[in-house]
Amino acid sequence: MHERLVNLPVRHKRMKKVLSYLRDYRKESILGPLFKLLEACFELIVPFVIAAIVDKGIPGGDAGYILRMGAVLVLLGLIGLASSVTAQYFAAKAAVGLATKLRHAVFAHIQRLGFADLDRIGTSTLITRMTSDINQVQSGVNLALRLFLRSPFIVFGAMIMAFTIDVCCALVFAVAIPVLAVIVFGIMLITMPLYKRTQAQLDGVLLLTRENLSGTRVLRAFGREDDEIAEFDRQHAGLTRLQSLSGKISSLMNPLTYIAINFALIVLLNTGAVRVNAGALTQGQIVALVNYIGQILVELIKLANLIITVSKAAACANRVSAVLSVRPGMASPRDAETPEAADLGSVEFDHVSLRYAEGASDALTDIHFSARRGQMIGVIGGTGSGKSSLVNLIPRFYDATQGCVRVDGLDVRRYRLEELRGRIGVVPQKALLFKGSIRENLLWGNPNADDDTILEAVRAAQAEDVLAAKGGLDGMLEQNGRNLSGGQRQRLTIARALVRRPEILILDDSASALDFATDARLRMAIRKLPYHPTVFIVSQRSNSVRYADSIVVLDDGQVAGIGSHDELLRTCGVYREIYESQFRKEVQ
Amino acid sequence: MSKARTSTQRATLRRVLTYTADSRLHIVLSLIFAVVSVALTLYLPVLTGDAVDLIICAGRVDFDALMVIFLRMAIVIFLTALAQWIMSICNNRITFRTVRSIREDAFRHLQRLPLKYIDGHPAGDVVSRIIADVDTFADGLLLGFTQLFTGVMTILITLFFMLRISVGTTIVVVFVTPLSLFVAAFIAKRTYSMFRLQSTIRGEQTALINEMVSGQKVVQAFGQEKNVLGRFDEINDRLEGASLRATFFSSLTNPCTRFVNALVYAGVAIFGALSAVTGYMSVGQLTCFLTYANQYTKPFNEISGVVTELQNAIACAARIFELIDEPAESPDPEDALELTHADGYVQMEDVSFRYQAEQPLIENFNLSVAPGRRIAIVGPTGCGKTTLINLLMRFYDVDGGSISVSGQDVRQITRRSLRRSYGMVLQDTWIRTGTIKENIALSRPDASMEEVIAAAKAAHAHSFIRRMPQGYDTLLQEDGSGLSEGQKQLLCIARAMLNLPPMLILDEATSSIDTRTELKIQNAFATMMQGRTSFIVAHRLSTIENADQILVMREGRIVEKGTHAELLNEAGFYAELYNSQFAH
Repeated sequence: MHERLVNLPVRHKRMKKVLSYLRDYRKESILGPLFKLLEACFELIVPFVIAAIVDKGIPGGDAGYILRMGAVLVLLGLIGLASSVTAQYFAAKAAVGLATKLRHAVFAHIQRLGFADLDRIGTSTLITRMTSDINQVQSGVNLALRLFLRSPFIVFGAMIMAFTIDVCCALVFAVAIPVLAVIVFGIMLITMPLYKRTQAQLDGVLLLTRENLSGTRVLRAFGREDDEIAEFDRQHAGLTRLQSLSGKISSLMNPLTYIAINFALIVLLNTGAVRVNAGALTQGQIVALVNYIGQILVELIKLANLIITVSKAAACANRVSAVLSVRPGMASPRDAETPEAADLGSVEFDHVSLRYAEGASDALTDIHFSARRGQMIGVIGGTGSGKSSLVNLIPRFYDATQGCVRVDGLDVRRYRLEELRGRIGVVPQKALLFKGSIRENLLWGNPNADDDTILEAVRAAQAEDVLAAKGGLDGMLEQNGRNLSGGQRQRLTIARALVRRPEILILDDSASALDFATDARLRMAIRKLPYHPTVFIVSQRSNSVRYADSIVVLDDGQVAGIGSHDELLRTCGVYREIYESQFRKEVQ
Repeated sequence: MSKARTSTQRATLRRVLTYTADSRLHIVLSLIFAVVSVALTLYLPVLTGDAVDLIICAGRVDFDALMVIFLRMAIVIFLTALAQWIMSICNNRITFRTVRSIREDAFRHLQRLPLKYIDGHPAGDVVSRIIADVDTFADGLLLGFTQLFTGVMTILITLFFMLRISVGTTIVVVFVTPLSLFVAAFIAKRTYSMFRLQSTIRGEQTALINEMVSGQKVVQAFGQEKNVLGRFDEINDRLEGASLRATFFSSLTNPCTRFVNALVYAGVAIFGALSAVTGYMSVGQLTCFLTYANQYTKPFNEISGVVTELQNAIACAARIFELIDEPAESPDPEDALELTHADGYVQMEDVSFRYQAEQPLIENFNLSVAPGRRIAIVGPTGCGKTTLINLLMRFYDVDGGSISVSGQDVRQITRRSLRRSYGMVLQDTWIRTGTIKENIALSRPDASMEEVIAAAKAAHAHSFIRRMPQGYDTLLQEDGSGLSEGQKQLLCIARAMLNLPPMLILDEATSSIDTRTELKIQNAFATMMQGRTSFIVAHRLSTIENADQILVMREGRIVEKGTHAELLNEAGFYAELYNSQFAH
């Protein structure tokens, strides 16, 4: 097994792209940390209060003073609570809001990606990025908003407070903090790339799981269950290895910081002892300093954990961002045009060549022909001869590498994509339906269609029995139309295209699962459609294209012949071979 | 209701514990080092307090005694760090192990789940349980295990140290702190259902994402981007609401317990200072106590944080166990036979079957196929032809009657050997991520390169494979993008060619292949079918005409049965089907 290659652009400053979705939560993302700061301020006052108790309350034996100071402590806690709850609310709101917006943005972006982009990226990684990655971003941002300002603020705040007490002792803080920072950030730098690799490995495990769901029948037919289990175990062992490696490194964080901060404590006590001995400091002030260094430790541990979470989230954010920075390979032109009304339904291929990827060989070479309104065009040829590639150019699923395709006399690249595709009814090779009622599925063809229009399309597509079997238009389909047979799905996908009453109808080998009788009735019905669409029938069966007005014969991406059945039989060797192979077979 | 929930939560927790059983040694180690590290951590403030007491005022500092204390502190610090490190290594191992064994179990179970479950559940939801839920659960578990235990230990050991210094002040601490537990429990109880709701909506969203992103091309072909986005946003908005509630309410635990913390701190300051005034306590001991007051409530905070985290983790674990507990296919009986040399004799007796209880599909069906015979199954699309395959392969079990192969009821044969006795090419092609070679060799992983090439040649796939960028090593993607439907089918045929068992099932297998190639394949098939019992869901007249027996199906029922000539003579449904093909 191989890991899927993810061909996404690598670019820096990707985080910015993700964080820019916080814009709508500017108020929350500022107020959240701000209230956290407020809370931190009150926390920094506490050691001062304690120092006052030790230096004034205890030696003076002033119980009233001690009680008053105690009340101050309670009050500080109360204000802290209020500001903290406020901060949590804003942080949660901003983080959840960001995740929601981000999911929307990524999903919307996927809607804009071209077919070529989708081929390149692959669906499974898109799905992980939309789900678990964005979840990680959400918790990362939530935590970051709460702690990213607070923790450093307490760390530096404590140092500044230390300076107000005694410069000599405060120097200990000034040394300890950078040392701690080096430990924390060093470990972070090492674990970040590891985390990225872990995530990629997790992708592999996910892919394998998905495949085992989609290929259950095949895998069980070949009795491959044990091999799949072994492969899963192998991939997961790899994942576990990576996880424990990064786990081992990050578990150094706590012990190392602990050592650093507590050695600082020893030095602080020693320095403090000298200063007190010299009369420059009081015992209460030492207590306050010890308190501050304790706060530093607590906050640094928080910060370290935060950095781990945030670095995970950042890796995820980068992956999400990579999807967002895929520039859709195809977009509507800004100055889109609409064609003159006179020539509706015509399709022209003007010396068209197509190449899917740089360096690959041509999928289509110099295709040149045209179809007039209402004509039925057959497209026939061997497997891999470019039949699907040819019809895929009409709705501009892919862009021609050379030459141009014109629909209604206008270059397809001049249309708004919606406008162009709205004129065309496509029945793709793979009959794919979606979860929902049959009506909902068919309305994809035309959201405004009434039941009469839908039923008319269903009749033409020979799919009335599907409706009967599934309980009419309100019958429910499962995900991918799983509760239908291949043939039932095909006929519903044909109906879906017909609901649109398209100018141009493309049947991309879409009757392959139909028996001869149904296939013949279907073609007849399409002929009789009152709105006379231009029809492209891609097929392997010469029977299906035989009665077309014109047949395009493809061979290895090139036109081997164009003409009617009779003409081609006389002039085109490839066509004759196809026809005879089939004819002989049927007569046998 | 709430009681029932707690008990299911408990059951889930127990299941989690059984999964950690093989990490027992590490758990013990982790516990020991947790105790060590906590005890040492807590001893440090005592030493600090002692040091503070030696620093009284100008001219009254005992440096010699201080040095002894500093040395002790240094040793304690070093040992603490070591214990912390070992503990966290152990915890990592426990978590990763557990996650791995749960995932492996789930995946193993997947292999034994009946097709009925797999056909009936969105793949995205199942994937999300095995991947995302286990992850969330793992995070919760790691956090939970580490913090729960150290938390409890901290509380106990602190209590011990505090009692040694001052009973009165300790009582203040002990009485105020439980507040924090109440607060935490109160919040946790209310957030569990919120997390569960969030989890459910997430599952729903993942299912939609899965379906739509996989079908993205169709979505775009029909300009449904806005519609789909609308549906997505509807779920997304609900998720936002649920997520905000779950996140916010669970994050209240922290500030609330911290407030309790502040109360304890203030209490200690007041009582401690008052006892210092009366001389029951030194300033150093007060410092130590204050540190404890912090550390004593902190584990409560953490535990309560852990409780919410664990709630979430348990909600996720429950979803995984739900999958693992889904009844598997009935296991092969103990004395099940290995079908090693099937002779190709297949018999169906009084078979009845239905997918849904209220919809009878196949009733009292009888069929007897002699070895080497060719059975064509024909009928209008959607008449239930694939159902027959589901039954033959035992993807589904019959509701009544029996199917036997070589005279043995298939339920007495191991599923694997039964399935291995059939070569199958389905209408829906399935390609997996991997090289072309791996895809072909799926039917026999130990096949040599020569055998793979021979199979590809027999399936007429060799020539297009050779033209691929890396030939047989070309990497294919999960959905086989880059290949045409026809090419995918050729690969699937090559797969079947590589491993030729005594019986064949061909489901409209050649429908997407051009007729020239198909003719060649038909020839190859003819050789392949030689001497093999074959079930062909057929559309090709040649296949149908050459069949020894034709089953004509309509609406799930076998309406006619016989040879081509016999059926034409009957002038029934088959004759009608046959004649209609000349219409256009």
